Amino acid sequence: MIITNSIETFGRYCLFIKRIFSLPDKWKVFGKRTVSEIIKLGLDSIPLVLVISIFIGAVIAIQMQLNIASPLIPAYSVGLATREIILLEFSNSILCLILAGKVGSNIASEIGTMRVTEQIDALEIMGVNSANFLVLPKIIAFVGFMPVLAILCIGTSLIGGYLVALLTDLITVSKYVYGLQALFNEWYVWYGLIKSLVFAFIIATVSSFFGYYVKGGALEVGKASTNGVVSSSILILLFDVILTKLLLQ
Amino acid sequence: MIEVKNIVKSFDDRTVLHDVSATFYTGKTNLIIGQSGSGKTVLMKSLVGLIRPEKGEILFDGRDLLKMSADETKELRKEIGMLFQGSALFDSETVLGNVMFPLVMFTKMSQAEMRDRAMFCIERVNLKGAENKYPAEISGGMQKRVAIARAIALNPKYLFCDEPNSGLDPKTSILIDELLSDITHEYNITTIINTHDMNSVLGIGENIIFINKGFREWVGDMSRIYSTGNEALNDFVFATRLFKEVKEYVKANETKQHP
Repeated sequence: MIITNSIETFGRYCLFIKRIFSLPDKWKVFGKRTVSEIIKLGLDSIPLVLVISIFIGAVIAIQMQLNIASPLIPAYSVGLATREIILLEFSNSILCLILAGKVGSNIASEIGTMRVTEQIDALEIMGVNSANFLVLPKIIAFVGFMPVLAILCIGTSLIGGYLVALLTDLITVSKYVYGLQALFNEWYVWYGLIKSLVFAFIIATVSSFFGYYVKGGALEVGKASTNGVVSSSILILLFDVILTKLLLQ
Repeated sequence: MIEVKNIVKSFDDRTVLHDVSATFYTGKTNLIIGQSGSGKTVLMKSLVGLIRPEKGEILFDGRDLLKMSADETKELRKEIGMLFQGSALFDSETVLGNVMFPLVMFTKMSQAEMRDRAMFCIERVNLKGAENKYPAEISGGMQKRVAIARAIALNPKYLFCDEPNSGLDPKTSILIDELLSDITHEYNITTIINTHDMNSVLGIGENIIFINKGFREWVGDMSRIYSTGNEALNDFVFATRLFKEVKEYVKANETKQHP
């Protein structure tokens, strides 16, 4: 039963994606909507990303110092390990899990409310491809803006670690900065950005899918929002494993 | 003119529409009436293509909706305006933005032309001065009028109204009815109104289709409704004591005038 339902849901998701990726009815309107979605989904997420990044960057630096403090390990390893954790996992997977909560619930509840108040039916009656009109600007905006959020996250997290070095006596600033630069592998940045793009696509499409097919009222919109966030999070974790295996081996 | 021929629709082995046929005339207010659960909403949603019947034909001036390709359906929908039960206005747009929306999407008018046309429609529904308000800032009756203005913005040939009076007080309901009736005659639109408001039935029903338990039970106009012998229709239309007394009064007067 669960398998049949899952296959059916996946099939409906694929058909939904097919409807989304068609040419917009009016490019000018599409452009305006995309800009407004960049503001709503991207720019409005920056404060959250900055706050989380600075604190988690600081916490990573402190924990690295406490866990790998040993005469056998060079002191600059704290900076190096902090950088690797941030580049490989925090600035993409963890960041996207957090954004799945903020952006995913926003998308699912907005589209779900439009469905239950017949606004989507109104678009369809007018002859507008509602899936394309509502969802494509969100996907383009969020996927397009995700690298900006990921890079901001990397920079701010490293500053968080830097502040720990500056304001505490756990590690010296010079050792931390040396660690950040030591044994740098550029591919890790690209690997992180690729993952963040895939995760952004998952958040935007899965949340839209759950919102678009809501039936009922306010209660169902709430459920759709929860389902969108939970499903996006699980898929992010699944694709994290798949992409890590594909891109780092 | 819209002709419905022998349409059948079922949900999970339960037949909701049984071989329903009806004709909706151009330039007339065509009413679909019936109790809740009788199948009238399914009939209306079938007419606009939101639900697909298993059998039958739905002819928009001879063009069968059920045999159209996706592109043809999209083109037909540009000739259709629809007024939803909850108005279905876009929350993020002002009144003007809502009325301009179909013009922005489907015409090549300049910004000024679109604004002029939208303002004309807003004035037509007596809402001048409210164009910069958001749907949440205006009353239910005003929202319905905005929805009517949006529905007529593209000069539709067919106008569908799903329970336009639900949630409105009797006085506002009559205003909406009169507005729909005036617009229908003024622009020669095929208007189809799904309602169970008896004031509408007796006030603007030029062509009434009564749906009962999924069957088309009766067809006629508001003048024939007082003299009908159809028991189900009488039970539905003259359900309250007030309406029963009105019917007796009208019949008695008719007898006096034509003994």
